[in-house]
Amino acid sequence: MNVFITILKRDLILAIRHRAELLNPMLFFVLVIVLFQLGLRAKPEVLVDFAPAIVWIAALLSALLSLDHMFRSDMEDGALEQMIISTQATSLLVLAKIIAHWIITGLAVSLVGPLLGMMLGLSFDATKILFLTLLIGTPVLSAIGSIGVALTVGLRRGGVILSLLVLPLFVPVLIFASQTVTTYIAGYPIAASISFLIALLVLSLSLAPWATAAALRVSVS
Amino acid sequence: MYKWFHQLGSPPTFYRWSGRWLPWLSLVCFVLFVIGLYGGLVYAPADYQQSDSFRIMYVHVPAAWMSMFVYMVMAISGAIAIIWHMKLAEIVMLSSAPIGASFTFLALVTGSIWGKPMWGTWWEWGDARLVSELLLLFLYIGVIGLYSAIDDKRKAAQAVAILSLVGIINIPIIHYSVIWLNTLHQGPTVTKFDNPSIDTRMLIPLLIMAVAFKLFYGIVLLLRSRNEVLWRERRSQWVKDTLGGNTGD
Repeated sequence: MNVFITILKRDLILAIRHRAELLNPMLFFVLVIVLFQLGLRAKPEVLVDFAPAIVWIAALLSALLSLDHMFRSDMEDGALEQMIISTQATSLLVLAKIIAHWIITGLAVSLVGPLLGMMLGLSFDATKILFLTLLIGTPVLSAIGSIGVALTVGLRRGGVILSLLVLPLFVPVLIFASQTVTTYIAGYPIAASISFLIALLVLSLSLAPWATAAALRVSVS
Repeated sequence: MYKWFHQLGSPPTFYRWSGRWLPWLSLVCFVLFVIGLYGGLVYAPADYQQSDSFRIMYVHVPAAWMSMFVYMVMAISGAIAIIWHMKLAEIVMLSSAPIGASFTFLALVTGSIWGKPMWGTWWEWGDARLVSELLLLFLYIGVIGLYSAIDDKRKAAQAVAILSLVGIINIPIIHYSVIWLNTLHQGPTVTKFDNPSIDTRMLIPLLIMAVAFKLFYGIVLLLRSRNEVLWRERRSQWVKDTLGGNTGD
């Protein structure tokens, strides 16, 4: 458990010292949403229908953009190898890295997301639901994404192949999260889809670290 | 049983064994295709709603079944490859990926052609099966892409094995999330099998076609695996003996 906290702290300190890395995914997230609206030029009443999906697709893309950093620098300076050959369970270390990645990117996106939702014309209540889905859903992106990063970390240009591996696996999160908000706006109960999102969260946080650890062992060996 | 399994795992035995079986498999597969296609295109009565256009089912449905079956084979042989580091399992997994992708593509194309007269549109986002088939195609392409991106092929095979296991866990989740999406947005009212049961004269050719597709997969899998085995073992003595010293390098 000590190792878990050490890795978490280390990753957070590293992120704070590289502010650009911290800010870039968030700026990218905002930019994508702005681009969407500029491209759509939709009427406000139509835009409300699109808003949850737009915010969520922007969240997926910014998660994808930031994923590559998860193991890259550790791979380059050899820290990753040390983590794998250490006596600690690799999956636990991976879980720490996933959570650190989420705090750095997902949490920031979750905090900014509702504001942008309002800009897109969502009501205050709907933005609260959007915030909730972002809070539950973005850790899933970090967890599933970590598998893809671990598989491609040994490649010099892993970016394109990473998106090909990871985006199809993001589909359930996108569907459940944006449908939760749409259902809420339409006035139907949302308990079922929130439960599905939580199930995805539990499933991915408990299974992904194993797969990521196995993939890292293959990539680093 | 275990000994047999173990022996089959060794490349020379596999090569000899598959060479003996291939002609027989091809013959049975060809006969089944002829019977199945005759049954499907001529013998089966026309559908009372869809008239003759339902006959594309005899290609579409087996292809769609195979697209999922092949992924399962990939994931199972991936698990074997991870656990026992068995070379042959790696080869089966890698040779399956392009075949599975082709079946998926075939299912998508025929589904789309079938959709035009039935739904009035080439593509229907409301149909959960069509959409999850498309996502399955992306999963296959991801597997193929990952394998070709990693230079060290032994490493690449292990990476692909992990990816296919992750994929097999995700396929049901993706599929049901797409279905769930469509329970909200009223789905298309014309579903593929809205008659409660299918006429036996229509069903039997379908089942024959399904078996024929399975055998076809087996044949292509064996052919690809034999090539891969030869290529990987190209420096070993048994390949030189088999091919008479003409190994290409």
